[in-house]
Amino acid sequence: MAADIELTPTKYIDHHLTHMTVQVKDGAFWTLHLDTLVTSVILGLIGMGFVWLVVRKATPGVPSKRQAFVELMIEFIDNEVKNTFHGNRHVFVAPTALTIFIWVLLMNTMDIMPIDITAWVIENIFGVHYWKIVPTTDVNTTFALALTIWFLMIFFSVKVKGLGGWMHELFCTPFGKNPLLWILNLLFNFIEYVSKPLSHSLRLFGNIYAGEIIFLLLGMWAATGVAGTIFGAVLGAGWAIFHILIVTLQAFIFMMLAVVYISMAHESH
Amino acid sequence: MNINFTLVSQALAFSTFIWFTVKFVWPPLLRAIEERQKTIADGLAAGERGRHELELASQRASDILKEAKQQASDVILQAEKRASEIVEEAKRTAKEEGERIITGAKAEINHEIFGAKEALRQHAASLAIAGAEKILRREVDAKVHADMLASIEEDLK
Repeated sequence: MAADIELTPTKYIDHHLTHMTVQVKDGAFWTLHLDTLVTSVILGLIGMGFVWLVVRKATPGVPSKRQAFVELMIEFIDNEVKNTFHGNRHVFVAPTALTIFIWVLLMNTMDIMPIDITAWVIENIFGVHYWKIVPTTDVNTTFALALTIWFLMIFFSVKVKGLGGWMHELFCTPFGKNPLLWILNLLFNFIEYVSKPLSHSLRLFGNIYAGEIIFLLLGMWAATGVAGTIFGAVLGAGWAIFHILIVTLQAFIFMMLAVVYISMAHESH
Repeated sequence: MNINFTLVSQALAFSTFIWFTVKFVWPPLLRAIEERQKTIADGLAAGERGRHELELASQRASDILKEAKQQASDVILQAEKRASEIVEEAKRTAKEEGERIITGAKAEINHEIFGAKEALRQHAASLAIAGAEKILRREVDAKVHADMLASIEEDLK
């Protein structure tokens, strides 16, 4: 903890929820959450690097345990994608789903790390005061992912149906071709296009952020003495175990939604 | 909840990771998995083929065995027939031979009997002649009665 003279719950929570920021340029937009970026990139490198190292030596013969693990994961994801996407999924969609799942899962999993211990390690070993270790509790991360998927969605819509086809879809679905309905269709599609990335990103953010807050609240039991600390630790352990489910489930949901959105872009109505 | 430049950087990182996976992670593993699937499928097919061939072979073997048994029993049957024929023939030959020997023996006996009779007759004739000679010596001139004696001798023959 910081060397605050008077430590209030608000300060405790605020401290844990403050980003390490870097100003790239002047202006509010040009702030960079260095902790989010660095943590997520490190996690991505670890996840993708691990898979890549295993895959590089992949043998069609009897697989090693590590290869079997990676294959299990990839086949699980490949199966999910196969059920949703009816094109050549190996070109883009399936590897993208794999990336999302591994990366989001790793980022979410940081939520389970004991908050105060990691904070202590980061402060005392790396000398950084503010460092949020869960990148998915930063809306920038979830919006970045969701918007990337959103652009991919539009890209594939145009690529598969052509610009005219996409425009036709925007104006003529879901209610019909009648010119009177064009505005209504466009409005409807507009809402859909706005709500997709919003719900996509905020679902992940909300779940993980709420989980983090609950860990912080449980962590405050430590302020009430030894009994409180033990009580808080037990509750924290229970929540962490439950959180394993949430973390995996949210990563899976995020991946599935991305696959569904991209699949929908491939199919004409 | 402030949106800022982090979003752009995260999007870039995300895109890079997607590109990396699409390019370097997915294809080799997919290749390995597909190759293994093919190997397994081939192995299963080969196993199935082997089983089928085994079935055929055992079918063939039992067919051959049946045929061999049939042939063997045929051979035995023929042999038995032949044997009984041979025995039959031997019996017949023996019988014929026996009969022939008997016939020969009878003929010989007859011949002997005939010879003996002849000799006996000759002997009797000469005895009778000798007796008659002795009787007639005194009263019959041999030269006068020679042709009578000859006719008697002829009768006795």
